[in-house]
This record gives sequence, structure tokens and C-alpha cells, in this order.
Amino acid sequence: MKIGIPRAFLYYKYHYLWESFFEELGIDYIVSPFTNREIYKQGTIHAIDEACLSSKIYLGHIDYLLGKCDYILVPRVFGYEDGTVCTKFQAIYDVVNNTFREQNIHILYYNINPKETANEFRSFLKMGKFLGKKKAAITRAYLIAKQTQKINQMMDLQKQERLLERKELKILLVGHQYNVYDRYIGDPIIQTLKELGAISIIADICDKKEAIEASKKISETLPWAFNKELVGAIEIYREKVDGIILMSSFPCGPDSLVNEIVLRRVKGIPILNLILDGQEGSAGMETRLESFIDIIKLKKEDQHGKM
Amino acid sequence: MEKCKVSFPRFGNYHIPLEFLFTKGLGVEYITPPPSTKRTLELGAKYSPDYVCSPFKFNLGNYIEAIEAGANTLVQTGGTCRLGYYGELQEQILNDLGYHVKFVNMSKASYSNPLTFYNEFKKINPNLNLQKVTSALIATLKMVECIDEIDDFVRQNVGFEVKDGEMEKIQDEYLETLKTAETKKDIEKITKNYKKKLKDVKVKKPKKLMKVGIVGEYYTIMEPFSNHFIEKELAKKGIVIYRWMNVTNSILHNTGKEQKKTIKPYVKYYMGATSMATVCKTLEWAKEGFDGIVHVKSFGCTPEIDAMPVLQKISNDYKIPILYFSFDSQTSETGIQTRLEAFYDMIMMRKEKK
Repeated sequence: MKIGIPRAFLYYKYHYLWESFFEELGIDYIVSPFTNREIYKQGTIHAIDEACLSSKIYLGHIDYLLGKCDYILVPRVFGYEDGTVCTKFQAIYDVVNNTFREQNIHILYYNINPKETANEFRSFLKMGKFLGKKKAAITRAYLIAKQTQKINQMMDLQKQERLLERKELKILLVGHQYNVYDRYIGDPIIQTLKELGAISIIADICDKKEAIEASKKISETLPWAFNKELVGAIEIYREKVDGIILMSSFPCGPDSLVNEIVLRRVKGIPILNLILDGQEGSAGMETRLESFIDIIKLKKEDQHGKM
Repeated sequence: MEKCKVSFPRFGNYHIPLEFLFTKGLGVEYITPPPSTKRTLELGAKYSPDYVCSPFKFNLGNYIEAIEAGANTLVQTGGTCRLGYYGELQEQILNDLGYHVKFVNMSKASYSNPLTFYNEFKKINPNLNLQKVTSALIATLKMVECIDEIDDFVRQNVGFEVKDGEMEKIQDEYLETLKTAETKKDIEKITKNYKKKLKDVKVKKPKKLMKVGIVGEYYTIMEPFSNHFIEKELAKKGIVIYRWMNVTNSILHNTGKEQKKTIKPYVKYYMGATSMATVCKTLEWAKEGFDGIVHVKSFGCTPEIDAMPVLQKISNDYKIPILYFSFDSQTSETGIQTRLEAFYDMIMMRKEKK
């Protein structure tokens, strides 16, 4: 049996956990490749026109995996203790199931819902049992996977802390991991920043508990857990970076409101609001990044001049 | 202290029960925002983030127009989609615009603890009389039910009146008269009276009745201006229009559990906000042999976008045509008309073939 994992959406948050869980259970899996033009194109064919770019990419990855594995992993999240999620994550299981019904898709799923005490461990137990594994083996695999996830996240955080000590210009990238790390939409921005001599600091790499708490300083009624983490990261990192880029996929529901709150409340630091729409041609984006970096450099020189 | 003048965004005809609740129950003045117009939407859109859903823009426009009309206290509700975060941003935008008003944000209250709602209401009137609030609330809910019931009747019959415009006139008069009600009894009496008037209107129904159901996102489906009055447009062509979504059905008598059961062949999990009702009603009406379904939403409404792949399957399985509308601040009137005409012609031809 082979599991297919779409390299999109929650993959970026959970891949350490998923990959090591399946490995420990001795279950074969494949991960779809980095998003490319073909995957994006297939996604737009399957998705509703108005759906957000990230969800189109997700469906593109599902399409890629069809016929290459026995089950495709599509987790469903209703919400977390820390907050709710975009309804996209509540609906995604059924969206995928209906969209690919004629292709006879088989979904491997688990459900996270704090209201129904469907916590991660219990959900993984259920999933493991569905895969024909024994409780003891699943528990062991889950605990090891959890540990792997923790260690790797800690290492990511330490790596980022070292980056923060560097002298170069530092830009905080505030965006959902599935956008920031996506090769087709987010990575070109990181690469352009690199060419411009700036270091990208990833907002989503931070102490989550601390971030959730810190987000309250910027917004009191923010409902979405993922956005709380990002907004909290702004509070944590703002003194350590030279500028902030808000990156959202068009037309992201939560970001449409949250970015506006950030623009209106986070003062004293240059902020660029970038909307990724999957359109071809990166010239416009490069120009905007260039002038953003120029402004920051000028501002910095200005400050030094005064000293 | 300045006298409290409360307002809430315009939304169907629900400003009438809201006025009742605030004046009779909370003992404060209520400012009904002027009916939504092009100006409302333009005002709202001007100060809103670009790609936020249009109900946000309408709400903001209503707030500004309500302030112009004298309101000094604005109320926003909570919600399970983006709506849950409307309040905090709208308060910020109004503040930045220099409007100094009190903003009561119900998303700060928690459904698991009703006392928190009471605390939010206390911000409007610190001398809240719980007994008065309770009795006014009961009457308000009755009024909502009555308004929805009358609305349902008109929707299903207005296409067949012999003299054009009669029902609309009676309904307008009914809503005006409701504003004079003091008690629950008054509300019931007035409603009974107008129900009779509506039933007495001469109608001529054909043997083969065309039935179309309207489904979709909460605000756009219930605020006729935001959906370019397509419900009336369709009804006037001689169609019986069904719409489940209203405050009575969605909030007062919610049937979420049964809906979940009904749609099990298509949907396993709750998909957010109004999507469950959208799928459920589409499926029920498809099974009942309706001639068509119209799906309405504001541009970018995620829960309704996610309901669409399911609707497409139902449409295929039951061979029922579904017309999809998505409204934003730039939707053109002619485009809507053309698509409605084409849809009407299509379901007409299908009916004749049957």
C-alpha cells in the first residue's frame, strides 16, 4: 500500500509529523513534487474560479497524485484550542471528495476538532487502525513522529535565530507556510530578496505559544489560529527586522482582513502588502521588491547619517 | 452623558425587529440606516480592503450612513466565517476616519457563556432591566418569524397576481404598521390581518407551476439590494420561489443535525457557515423535482465556494440546472439580466418537454 501526500496546504506545517509517522509504521508514501506550472494549471482546471490560489494549487497536487498511490492524505481540521481555522480547512475533505468523485479518489484522512475531543493523537490512532496497524505500534509511531516534529521545529527556530544575528538587511515574511515555501508562488520572493542582499525571516518559524499570546497585543478578537501565530510573530520579531512583507494568496479570506489590521496598527516599520495571484511574469513583483528594499536602505542610511 | 443612539447594519427587513428590541427592550434610541444604495456600497468599498467580501463593504457603508443620520453607538455581530472578525476592523477603520463612536462588538461575547452577551449589552445601557429585555426579546423573535412568514408567502405568490404590484404594496404597508406594535400581541394581530389581505389578492396560477429554489450566502441572499433583487425578478416571471435561508430558519429553528444527515451521501463534515444549508436545500429541492436552483454569494465567500463542487455533483445526479451568481461591488446589472433571462428560457423549455 502506498500513501500519496500532497505538497501543499498543511503539508508544510506537518510534514515532519506525517513522514515520520508513516515511516515508523513501515508504510510506503510519496510526496508530490514542488509546485510547477503543470500542477498549478491542473489545479485551476479542477477548482472553482474564485477559490483562493493556495487551494487551487492543493487540488493540482491531488490531481498529480491520482493513480500514483492507493490513498491520498487529506486531513480535515475544524479548529484548534488556540483558535479556529479558515473554513477551507473545515471543508477541504469534502471539496476534494466531490471534485475528484469521477476519478474514484480514495482519501486517507484524520479529523482535528477540539469540540469533539478529536485531538491529534486519537485521530492518528484511528487513521493507523484504518491502515491495519495495532494500537501499540501506532502509539509508538505517533510519539516518535511527534518527537521528530518537535526537534526539527526547534532546529528551524535555532537556525532562524542565528540569521537574526547577521548584519545584512532582514525582512520578515508574514504569510502562511503553504504560500511562503511554495516553489511556484512564494519561493521566487525569497530568491529575489536574496539577490537584493536581504535575508528572509519566516514569521511562521517562532515559538507558537508565545506568538499566540503576543498576537493579542495587536488584535483582540482575531479568530484564526494560523493568523494569530503570524500576527504574534510580528510582535516578536518587529524590533529585530528592517521591514515586513505581508504575503497572501488571492483572495485569501482571513488575510483580507488581518493584513488591513496589521497595516493600520503596526507602525514605525516599512510594510509591503504583496498579493500572490499566480499570474505569469515576475517583473512587476521584482520591481516592487526592489523599490521596497531601496526605501529601507535609504531610511537606514538616513538614520546612520543623523547619528 | 450623550444619549445613546444605536445602529446595526441594514439587512433585509430585520431593522424593524431590531428597532423594536433596542427601543422597547434596551430603552435606547435606534437609528435605522438608510436603505442600502449604490452610494452605500461605494462608501463602504472606498474604505475597505480591496478583496474583502462585499457584506463587509455594505456594513461599513451602512455604519457611515447611520453615523450621518445621528447614530453614536454601532453594533456588530460575531460569526463563524470572516464575519467573526468584521467588527474589530470596522471599528478601526471608522476610528481612523475620525468617527468617534462607541462600538459594541458581539464577537467578544462567547456563545458558551450567555452572560458575556449581557455584559456587551450593558455597554449600550448600563441600567439594563433584564425582565424588560427578556419580554422584548420574545416579542422581537416573534416579529422576525412573522416577517419571514409573510416574506415566504409573497415570494411564492407574487408572480401570479392579476394586478401587478398589489402584494408588494400590502407587504410594504405591513412592515410600516409593524413599527407601531407595542407588544407581542400587537405583532400577532397585525400579521394576522395582513396575511388575510395578502391571501385575498387575486392570483392566477397556471397548471404547470415552475419552482425555483434560492440558496447561498447569508447576507447576499437576504439583502435584496446586494443580490440585485434577483428573487423578485425571477418571481415576476411567473415562478414560485422557495428560499429556506432566513433568520427564523437559520438562527431560531436551526436544523443543522438533520441537514448533516440529509447530505451525508455528498458531505461528511461541516463545511463552514451557510454551506451546509446551501447543500441540504439544493439536494432536497432537487429530489422534489424543482425546475432549477439559483446560488448566490458575495465574491470570494469561501464556505459557499466550497459548497459549489458539491452542488455541481447534485446538479449532475438529479439533472437539475443551477445558476451561480457571485456579487461584488462592480457587478454589472446587464450581465445579471442576461443570465437570468437565459436561465429562465432554459428551465421553461425543459418544463415544456416534460
